Amino acid sequence: MLVEDKLDCNESQSLIAAYIDGELDSSSAIRYSAHLEACPACSAAYRQMRDLQATVKTHATQYAAPAYLRERIQAALPRPAPRARKFPKLPWTWINFGVTGACSLAFAVMFSVYVQAPSLQDRLEDEVVASHARSMMVNHLSDVISTDQHTVKPWFSDKLDFSPTVVDFAQQGFPLIGGRLDYLDQRPVAAMIYRHRLHTLNLFVWPETPHNDTPPVSTSKQGYQLIHWTQSGMCYWLISDMNGQDLMEFKHLLSGEIDKSNKH
Amino acid sequence: MGIRLDEQDKTRNFEALLLPHLDAAYNLARWLTRNDQNAEDLVQVAYLRAFKFFDGFRGTDARAWLLTILRNAYFTSLRDNRHEDADVSFDDDLHGQGREAWDTSSYDIGNSPENALAAHDTRRLVNQALESLPQTFREVIVLKEISDLSYKEIAEITDIPLGTVMSRLARGRKMLTDYLTKNAGGG
Repeated sequence: MLVEDKLDCNESQSLIAAYIDGELDSSSAIRYSAHLEACPACSAAYRQMRDLQATVKTHATQYAAPAYLRERIQAALPRPAPRARKFPKLPWTWINFGVTGACSLAFAVMFSVYVQAPSLQDRLEDEVVASHARSMMVNHLSDVISTDQHTVKPWFSDKLDFSPTVVDFAQQGFPLIGGRLDYLDQRPVAAMIYRHRLHTLNLFVWPETPHNDTPPVSTSKQGYQLIHWTQSGMCYWLISDMNGQDLMEFKHLLSGEIDKSNKH
Repeated sequence: MGIRLDEQDKTRNFEALLLPHLDAAYNLARWLTRNDQNAEDLVQVAYLRAFKFFDGFRGTDARAWLLTILRNAYFTSLRDNRHEDADVSFDDDLHGQGREAWDTSSYDIGNSPENALAAHDTRRLVNQALESLPQTFREVIVLKEISDLSYKEIAEITDIPLGTVMSRLARGRKMLTDYLTKNAGGG
């Protein structure tokens, strides 16, 4: 390498910053780095400045403008609305906004009405819950008080246009208490009352068309457990404040008996 | 009608060209004023002034142009308001408070600072070191290290010769190094 190409340390010191800041042209940068390799003193000075730069770049806060500042600036800039001038007689922009707004509002209202309107199933659940709650009031549980299924069943037959399956499950822990007429889903229905320990259980039954069986659906409402299913052309609603598992057990007992009675 | 459309185009062009540099403008304003509220006001003033002179903007570097206007607006406001921010002195509170925290820690610029200090402390220390710099030096350091501008751009924005940019940078870096060593090294 030629002597003229080499840097002395004085020259080198004055170039450290420019080198670090990427302000040297490529031939000067090459000469500078060659000097650094050969000179420990300049090399140390270079490293110190490079580390300072890295520290500042990494740790100094890069402040970002708050979001509202952009809006504030845009709001302060002049913003003529030439479109409004094209139709001096009618403020079309506002009319468009108005019509769009009215349509949106109408849609929103319809949609919220639609969303808030209870489905048929919801309404029926409410009726079942209300009926059960009413039946729990004093002297309102049973119209016919009998633990004998052979008394309850004919009693229903006299008053309804269908004959529900009435079974006493006293052996299994669900003694029959009695029967009652009730009105659900805009029709008279059979209500059978069972007891399970301290819990009262209402079973509502009425004929359902079409005659498709549906599997049991469990829900809970206002602290009550409900199970609903259809079987052999009848619609069943079970409701009680007992736990869902016991209620489902009762459902299986009943379903078994219904299947049996239909085979006879 | 024609004038109105032109005006609307002007607003739209201005926003497309200048709003992308909002963060850069705010960053410089925040470092100059060292205060959120003043920084926001300064940025807004700068943008409105830039809009006023937008017809005269022929350059290609909108960011440097905006920062130049912002910096001029800052010094104008200093002259007009005799801002308390104009001081170039140290803030005793800040430094007294800081020194306590750093007395027990060691800061070695030669090694990775993360090893010596938690990143959070390093950030605070570096920010305080920068804020401690006199206005003249803080400005060039911020434009160089944080805004990442070239010597030439810094010379244009600050309206000083290139050689002065370099010497101020060197002075500023020396002061930063001294501050960091003194406050973190524990002597």
